[in-house]
Formats: sequence, structure tokens, C-alpha cells
Amino acid sequence: MKNKLKLIVTLIFLIFCFIIFYKGLDKPNTYTPKTNIEKNLPIFKAKDFSLNTYIDSVDIFTEDSYYIVNIWASWCVPCRKEHPLLMELSNNQSIRLIGLNYRDNLNNAKKFINELGNPYTKILIDKDGTLAVEFGAYGVPETFLIDKHKKIIKKFVGPINKKILEEIKLIIK
Amino acid sequence: MKLLKIFLIILLLMSFSQLKSNEKNDELKNNILKNVRCLICQGQSVYDSESDFASSIKLIVDKKINEEMSEDQIYEFLREKYGDWVIYEPKLNKNTYVLWLLPLLLFLAGGAIIRKNLIFKD
Repeated sequence: MKNKLKLIVTLIFLIFCFIIFYKGLDKPNTYTPKTNIEKNLPIFKAKDFSLNTYIDSVDIFTEDSYYIVNIWASWCVPCRKEHPLLMELSNNQSIRLIGLNYRDNLNNAKKFINELGNPYTKILIDKDGTLAVEFGAYGVPETFLIDKHKKIIKKFVGPINKKILEEIKLIIK
Repeated sequence: MKLLKIFLIILLLMSFSQLKSNEKNDELKNNILKNVRCLICQGQSVYDSESDFASSIKLIVDKKINEEMSEDQIYEFLREKYGDWVIYEPKLNKNTYVLWLLPLLLFLAGGAIIRKNLIFKD
């Protein structure tokens, strides 16, 4: 009886371990922070890309509309790929696009915008990457969707694609 | 001349205390950075990493220390931005109960088994 009990306990333990490891096989071994958490917009001061003056975040998000904060850089290849979709999104009247130029050379960034077009209502300079940290970003490109109450409601890690674009359009409709 | 000497001594003491406080801030900064995970080169701490993300975090931690934020407040700031996983030593909450309590339970169960065996031998 005692041996039988030991066998059952061992078997349950082994099955438990198997399930845990089996489930672990499907999970990616790299960590991605959650993308659906509602967060407050950070309060910051940043340099304006075209005016070269400092601007407060409260003076940026003033309109009663949705906002997109897109982190980009001229050296970032996926940013080039997503740029036409951002241009398409900028035609939508219910959303404003704010660009955050991440750890970039100003001349290269200007060339990038001149070559591919400017979808942003305002571009901010993040020379040392600390502004991106305030948003909770850890790479480039990353895009944050901000609602009318000035809350970050969604975060997209990596380049925007058609599917994400449709998702954004559906939210802001 | 005497006044000048006193002035020089005060100046020296002031710079020494400034040096000491910088040393303390550096120590605090390094402690924090060693406990923060780099999200780009996962497996390395921000302290060890040379990635863009790590260097931005180093600057932010420096800035927060200068703003006189405590160690816990800085961890809380990073946790709010990137989740619990960014800190090597996670806080006790509903997601980490098993992580914190399982070793204790195993230790107690092991102790109970040893005690039982010893009583049985006696």
C-alpha cells in the first residue's frame, strides 16, 4: 500500500514536471514587456527637431485626439520599412503622429525625412535614449498609441505592418 | 595668512565631502545596475551590457539618483516601465508567491522527512 502511494506521488510529480517543461517549449526564451497595459503619459522636456528649442510634453499632446508616438532612427532598417504605413496613417484626421528620433545623427535624420516624407506633426530628439526609457521602450522602432485621455493604451514593438495599421484604425474609429 | 589657511582647509574639506558623496552615489548606481536585467542582451545585467538600451538605463539611473530618488523608488520606476522581469530580485506578489515560497516549503518538507527518519531510527 505504502509503495503504491509512493509510486502514485512520483508519477504525479513527473507528469507535473513534464507539463511544465512541455508548455515551456512553446514560449519564446526572450522577454517582451506587456503591450496592453494602460499607462500614464510620461512628463518630459525634449528638443524639437525642426525648431531646435525645448518643449514640454504638456504642450505637445494638447489636441483632443488620439496620438501615436513612434520611435525611429535613420540607421534603423525596419523604420524605413514601416515609414510608408506611417505616411498613410498621417492622412487620418483623428490621429496625430509624434516622432521620437532615437540616438541619431541629425543630418542623417533630416535626409531620411526629406527622402521618405514627414508623417509627424512634431519630431522630438532623443539623443541619449533616455526619453525612450521614459516611455518604456527598449529598442527601435516602437510605437505607442495614446488615447484622448492621454493614456498609453497600446504598445507595438517592432515595425508597424498592415495588420497593426488596421488595428490602430479600428481603435481610433 | 591665517585666514587664508582656514579658508583652504574648509575648501579641502568641502571637496573631500563632495568626493565622498560621489563615491556613495557611484556605489548605489552600480548596485542598482547589477540588479537590472538588460532586455536586449538578456542574461546580462545592465551593468555588464554595452547595448544602447543599457547605456540609456545607466543615464536614467544616474539622473534619478541625482534627483534624490531612493533605490526602491528607482526599481519601482523601472518595474512600472518594463514589468517585474527587468529586476533580478522580483518583489513578493501574486505572480511570485510560488517562486518565493516553494524553496521554503521544500526546505520544511525536507526537514520534516529527516526528522521523521531520525525519530524512526531512535
